[in-house]
Amino acid sequence: MSAVTFTSAQGDAQALRGLDGGGGSGSSRGWGGPAPKRIVTGYGFWIFILSDMIMFAAFFATYAVLLGQTAGGPSGHDLFNLRNVAIETALLLASSFTCGLASIAADVRNKIWFQVAMAVTCALGLGFLAIEGREFADLVARGAGPTRSAFLSAFFTLVGCHGLHVSAGILWLLTMMAQVFAKGFREDIQRRILCFALFWHALDIIWIAVFTVVYLLGSAK
Amino acid sequence: MTNGREQADDIDVAPGDEHLEGGVAQRVLGYLAGLALAILLTATSFYVAGTDLVWQPSIPVALVVLAIAQMGVHLVFFLHITTGPDNTNNVLALAFGVLIVMLLMVGSLWIMANLNHNMMPMDQIMQMQR
Repeated sequence: MSAVTFTSAQGDAQALRGLDGGGGSGSSRGWGGPAPKRIVTGYGFWIFILSDMIMFAAFFATYAVLLGQTAGGPSGHDLFNLRNVAIETALLLASSFTCGLASIAADVRNKIWFQVAMAVTCALGLGFLAIEGREFADLVARGAGPTRSAFLSAFFTLVGCHGLHVSAGILWLLTMMAQVFAKGFREDIQRRILCFALFWHALDIIWIAVFTVVYLLGSAK
Repeated sequence: MTNGREQADDIDVAPGDEHLEGGVAQRVLGYLAGLALAILLTATSFYVAGTDLVWQPSIPVALVVLAIAQMGVHLVFFLHITTGPDNTNNVLALAFGVLIVMLLMVGSLWIMANLNHNMMPMDQIMQMQR
């Protein structure tokens, strides 16, 4: 009787220290040796994305603080064209969807569908950038460039930073298309596709905050 | 005796990976559901922003709530962040990120509004400098 109790207590203690070598079952998470590389890479990139969001939070806070500091210049209500913003939002949302389709195609190792979905994602992203670039050029031409007021400096910093992220994402996207074309769905390529998908979806999440805080709240009367 | 943990979720899942046995059609359906919800929330946001039908001071609150809801939709349907035990690490990192983001934004707005409130009106500062 007492021997049984002793054995089980000893077993528990060994399990607590991880002495049973992760157990044959492998059910004790964290004790089965290092995690697969896909999880390590994905998790590390997840941390990067979260820190990127913290950087954006700083830009959002700056924008919110400087919202009223127009220095006698135009405010958001005078400048923003919500039709353009709606089109930009639609393009980015659709590109997030096609990026998801590309992830599925990569998982089932279908090269053709992967390239098609990535190409559509790229086209939608370029459309977004074209509209945003036209909007910026239009603002500058109307004398509402980033030097006009603190409000416009904050606006161009925040929205421009998101646009730069999208540009970098498109370069990455083209790189992934080329790598899959040249090297196929190797393990390391698959990890890069995973990280790229995280990046692209995260950009869309940041855009939700941009169109809500900057455009919809900013154009309120 | 089933433990639950020993079945499918005895190993973590990378952020962005789906823990799903279903086929391609089921996964595409998941993305379609996310897309539909996102379109619904976005359309509601744009509609609410320009409407005269609701009490005006409630509009900013509604917009923020809709935005947070849509971020949740994107996290669940596109980034596959779930509440499952295989996602604990991803959720914890996300929670910490959200905490820092909240501290940064609320703290900045609070401090700057307080400073602004306590500052002397601009015309009086101008007079003191004369």
